Amino acid sequence: MIARLLAVLGCLAVATAAVPAFAGKADDTLRMPADQVLPDIDPYFNNELLGTVMGINVWDTLVIRDPASGEFKGQLATAWRVIDDTTVEFDLRKDVKFHNGQPFTADDVVYTINFIANPASGVTNQRNVAWLKSAEKLDPYKVRINFKAPFPPFMDYLALPIVIHPHEYYAKEGRKGQNTKPVGSGPYRITRYEPGKLIVLERNRDYYAGSVKSIAKVGKVEITFVPDVQTQIANLMTGNADLLTTPIPRDMIDNIALNPALQVNAVQTMRLNFLQFNVLDTTISPALKDLRVRKAIMHAIDREAIAKATMGQGYTLPKVLCYRDQFGCIDKDVIGYDYNPQKAKDLLKEAGLSGGVDVVMNAFTSREAAEIMQGYLGKVGIRASIVYEQYPAVREKQRKGTSGMTLASWGSYSVNDVSAILPVYFGNEGDDTARDKEVADLINRAGAVMDPAVRSVDYAKALQLISERALAMPLFSVGRNYPTSKDLNFGRQNSDRMMFWEMSWR
Amino acid sequence: MTRYLLGRIALALSVALAVSALAFLVLRLSGDVAIAIGGEGASNADLDIIRETYGLNRPLVVQYGAWLWQTLGGDFGNSLYFKVPVSELVLQKLPTTVILGIAGLLLGLLIALPLGVCAAIWRNSWIDRVAMGIAVTAQAVPTFFVALVLIMLLAVWQRWLPVSGSGTWQHFVMPTITLGFYVMPPFMRLIRSNMIEVLSADYVRTARAKGLPARTVILRHAFRNAVVPLIGLIAVQLGFLLGGSVVVESVFALDGLGYLAFRSISYKDFPVLQSIVLLLSLIYVVLTTLADIANVWLDPRLKVAA
Repeated sequence: MIARLLAVLGCLAVATAAVPAFAGKADDTLRMPADQVLPDIDPYFNNELLGTVMGINVWDTLVIRDPASGEFKGQLATAWRVIDDTTVEFDLRKDVKFHNGQPFTADDVVYTINFIANPASGVTNQRNVAWLKSAEKLDPYKVRINFKAPFPPFMDYLALPIVIHPHEYYAKEGRKGQNTKPVGSGPYRITRYEPGKLIVLERNRDYYAGSVKSIAKVGKVEITFVPDVQTQIANLMTGNADLLTTPIPRDMIDNIALNPALQVNAVQTMRLNFLQFNVLDTTISPALKDLRVRKAIMHAIDREAIAKATMGQGYTLPKVLCYRDQFGCIDKDVIGYDYNPQKAKDLLKEAGLSGGVDVVMNAFTSREAAEIMQGYLGKVGIRASIVYEQYPAVREKQRKGTSGMTLASWGSYSVNDVSAILPVYFGNEGDDTARDKEVADLINRAGAVMDPAVRSVDYAKALQLISERALAMPLFSVGRNYPTSKDLNFGRQNSDRMMFWEMSWR
Repeated sequence: MTRYLLGRIALALSVALAVSALAFLVLRLSGDVAIAIGGEGASNADLDIIRETYGLNRPLVVQYGAWLWQTLGGDFGNSLYFKVPVSELVLQKLPTTVILGIAGLLLGLLIALPLGVCAAIWRNSWIDRVAMGIAVTAQAVPTFFVALVLIMLLAVWQRWLPVSGSGTWQHFVMPTITLGFYVMPPFMRLIRSNMIEVLSADYVRTARAKGLPARTVILRHAFRNAVVPLIGLIAVQLGFLLGGSVVVESVFALDGLGYLAFRSISYKDFPVLQSIVLLLSLIYVVLTTLADIANVWLDPRLKVAA
């Protein structure tokens, strides 16, 4: 009731708000309220999306995926050679300077890689760096990077999370210095940082020409911490914000789109929402061990209707458990499960459950989607009780094997390779509540060889088995809607990691 | 008096301890702290390292005992999320919450006292009904709703005030009104009932019989006596305001102690949360104890009763 009242109030406010006089364009400052606080602004020491946004705007990587073609291009590197399964060499740019004026050389790459490869460094997300063994300087502009074992998606990791720090500055100032006055080489430099309150980025005028990231067009970006989404919307309506990146309920998005001074930009993301079935003996819902029940669930849910109702646009409906652009995301032999309530009922009847069946749905994200699914399941006789908890509580149940079916969500860290998702849920460890040996062997083998042809075959087979055995139900890739001032040209954004250098004023 | 004082202080300390132990347990019941620290990418091996590093693999009683011992020694530990000393974090955020709490309290009193006095003087009149209507509404409407209505009226439609932030005094206006509105009803109701009682007392009748002007009777004789019991309530309400401004701080993006506590729950940052709970419960019990002592000092009959 209260939520409805608030929504009505919000809609009224959006619809009746006068056209705001946006200040962003006038003073060349893009204002963005954020609901996240970074524990540390150094991208290696936080696990937040805002941290990744800082990483790509303030720092550079050796290589980068071209937003236009999707291909790898040199960033701090000009060329690279794969020496063997665990070694790759990079030739480096000679015209790059860090924000403090220090020139970029092989020493910076060697220092950064050796620092993060050492577990004692305490990098928050070890998955991003655990594959690295060491780096060696071959000459002032040539380095060799060694892996611990063959690691096929290495280019994706070198293109996103592995940013390069200035070695002299980092060695002198340490982690604390890099968190207080961060120094990178990217298109924006941080000129003011008040932890938990404010981050100010200013255009790096000395950014090197020829980078895939262009020289920034917007002079200044101000990120303030505003936890409440309604307050963020109010800021947008009054011209105190130019861009919102916090997920906003669909009904509010529709109303924002009606405001003549605002626009909504839809972007596809790699984040996938899916139902993960716990078929282990320890499951809280033993009915899920029956293949027919799992198939009935998959036929009972109209995922397109849910995606439309909760996001409106920007989503995709994959047949397999991965994002379509990821390497190894092959669905050619997968039939999939159409929305067919009658078939669901028949399957339940076949399983001797015509009187209905009880299952537990554990959820930590998208309560709205969980409740709509509960409605669909109820129509065919599956009584789903939703246990909505915080993420750690749900994850703990998954890892203990005591969950039912979990409404899960995984962003693959934007790594364009299925090795960023499949081993997590089907690699026979941690969150795997299927423990299907055949599937796990295929996935783990594909993750340990470099030959793309071999990997493709294994991943295709694994995805086919996951679908056939109904071990998980892909729901939809999450589309995100970003409200902005109409003065702002959003640029070629292809994920939820905002590339500020792509934006400009109209 | 000394015995009474010692008893109150002992009771206050045991309340603070009980609250911190409860907060510790409730936080642990809401999920594995190691998973919260490790994030979605953490493997089982990573989680084992985290448990070992932070001592999370020890029995709960041992963990709580170790924290308490450390805290009693003046070391509040480090934030698991921000990786800085908890004392530094808390001291950074405390001024915002204290300023907001005191401003809200003063505004609440400023509205409640005249309204309550008027309602008592003109008992059962339309003034009384309007005053009671305001009090009931203020008590029934949740703070986040009041906050959003204020934003809509004063920031979005009228553009008189900034929507959020904490840079200038203008940023504190709407949060103060919200908290003042929240804290006002009990003051108003108490002053009204006290005034009604006092106005029918013998000494007030005597004062009137002496021919003193109505204003003098009400303000110097009745009001001064009616306001004494408010002291205890002010202490209780200030405690509520300091600990309960989480919603207001979140809506108006005020980076205070309340919001730090809320965030600490999300991040399972238990050293921060436990310290905040301990600090706020200590403030609360100190305030109520001081109020008790003040009441006894003002009204010696209470000491006899105690």
